Amino acid sequence: MRRYIVRRLAYSVISLLLLSLTIFLFVRITGDPAVLLVEPGASKADLEQIRKQFGLDRPLVVQYSSFISSLVRGDFGQSFYYRTPVLELYLSRLPNSLLLAAAAMILSLLIGIPSGILAAVRVNGWWDRVGKIFALLGLSLPSFWVGLVMILFFSVYLGWLPSSGAGTAAHLIMPAFALGWFFAAAHMRMTRSSMLEVMGSEYVKLARLKGLPERLVIAKHAFKNALIPVLTLAGINLVIMVNVAVVVETVFAWPGIGRLLYEGIAFRDFPVVQATVLLSGAMVVVVNLVVDILYAVIDPRIRLER
Amino acid sequence: MAINTRAATLPAPSRLALLRVSGFPIIPSAILVGIGLLAIFAEVIAPYNPEIGTLGDRFKPPFWQAGGSEAHLLGTDHLGRDVLSRLIFGARVSMIVGLTAVLIAGVTGTILGIISGYLGGWVDQALMRLTDTWLALPALTFAIFLAAVVGPSELNIIVILGLVYWTRYARVIRGEVLSLKEREFVRLAIVAGCSKGTIMRKHILPNVINSAIVIATLMIGVVIISEASLSFLGVGVPPPKPAWGLMLADGKKGMMAGYWWLTVLPGCCIMLMVLSANLLGDWLRVKLDPQLRQL
Repeated sequence: MRRYIVRRLAYSVISLLLLSLTIFLFVRITGDPAVLLVEPGASKADLEQIRKQFGLDRPLVVQYSSFISSLVRGDFGQSFYYRTPVLELYLSRLPNSLLLAAAAMILSLLIGIPSGILAAVRVNGWWDRVGKIFALLGLSLPSFWVGLVMILFFSVYLGWLPSSGAGTAAHLIMPAFALGWFFAAAHMRMTRSSMLEVMGSEYVKLARLKGLPERLVIAKHAFKNALIPVLTLAGINLVIMVNVAVVVETVFAWPGIGRLLYEGIAFRDFPVVQATVLLSGAMVVVVNLVVDILYAVIDPRIRLER
Repeated sequence: MAINTRAATLPAPSRLALLRVSGFPIIPSAILVGIGLLAIFAEVIAPYNPEIGTLGDRFKPPFWQAGGSEAHLLGTDHLGRDVLSRLIFGARVSMIVGLTAVLIAGVTGTILGIISGYLGGWVDQALMRLTDTWLALPALTFAIFLAAVVGPSELNIIVILGLVYWTRYARVIRGEVLSLKEREFVRLAIVAGCSKGTIMRKHILPNVINSAIVIATLMIGVVIISEASLSFLGVGVPPPKPAWGLMLADGKKGMMAGYWWLTVLPGCCIMLMVLSANLLGDWLRVKLDPQLRQL
């Protein structure tokens, strides 16, 4: 067990290093990083000063190690626009993003799990077909367009819901749905296939043979076991949600990290863009590590395998 | 299986009949071909220049609404440009970006997947660590970052999306190569003295190409949505080029005033194209590669 955790930990550290290296190299290969790091409209002297300050004239290896050491210290640079440390800015926006992601996740599970079960219990029934269309649309519609159409309908025509901003529960409904539909579709598909698998298993057959009513078989024996892969997927999706929310947050002017990234691009605030991407990647790496370890704790086969 | 035997017993099993029997998605394919034709013949079909408008004709609604006219069938945007013409030329942008980016990602991912799976050892380790890291980066965020660094242009978007999405291919292809290389025909090729390069090219590649095609079809939708998202955020195709994502960003300006056609129509185009590509991809997946059904 300990060996497994150590190995996974090492992989994650390597991933984090590769992640920072990728970002570091891209900025330097594709042009003059001083141009990105200096504020728009800066003079030649400013450029020179930035080059000196960040040591951009030194060898790449030296630059990379100082880049890493400042990252480890939590120094992601200063935002040009807000004039505050980027990390502070990021952390102040994170709760909003988490709130939106949580709301979208709850919505997607509330829709995805029951409809997935229904679809699995009555395969090829009308509910299964409706569910398939719902899932197909969820996977094919761009989330930001769903958001735009909802604004058009519920804010402009009906005037029921606020079109942008945050603060009340009413502000949360539309962005949560726009973001959650895709994931509801994913969770529904997962629930359906997981349920189908469990329903064909020996212990469900046994429960039926015992003469348990079908409803009890589904609720007590099938559903509980089918839920595990769905919840795992949902856990991983929560992080993905925080990160794909960029466009939805932009549409609804929701003050989360996605919106921060958008502002970073719009105001040419490079430190903000770089930090948001780095932290997003790091978040995914860390969550993957936690999931892997939890899996190993639950399932001995995994930790003995490798 | 039953489907195949039935097709075989048909008097003269033409290819078309075979397609019909096996549930070939006719409508989605027709939509894709239609969009493709629009993209190719945009100059001939589009009634107006998509990038030049008449400011006097701003925000004209589609012809069936009060105030609309036959001159602009689907209305005009905030600069008085014809929406129908922009949608037609937008098909070209989506087609070019979607297909090329998927091709770049596919070729890169397949080659790296084959090399990684067949050579194994440290090459495999290094490539898979890289793949894992790139998979860990949220694709859209990563693409936005790259676009912000290199600046927006159609070519840059294609390269960026190719760079972001090759990992999906690499993962699946590598897995298949791992089992392929234990098969008899590969072992015989080794005994016959074929070089590693020859084996990978002549014996492994033809066996994984089906999977690559399936992933590619399923990726088209993802890539088109990504391109639209990037353009919407202002780091994709630069204006005044008519891209559907860009049209949505412009449409947002007139949304509060109720100019619905600027928001609804480009989105419908994206939806039609992505939905069709997904349906075709699903069919191909089941048809070509039963192993990928779980994907």
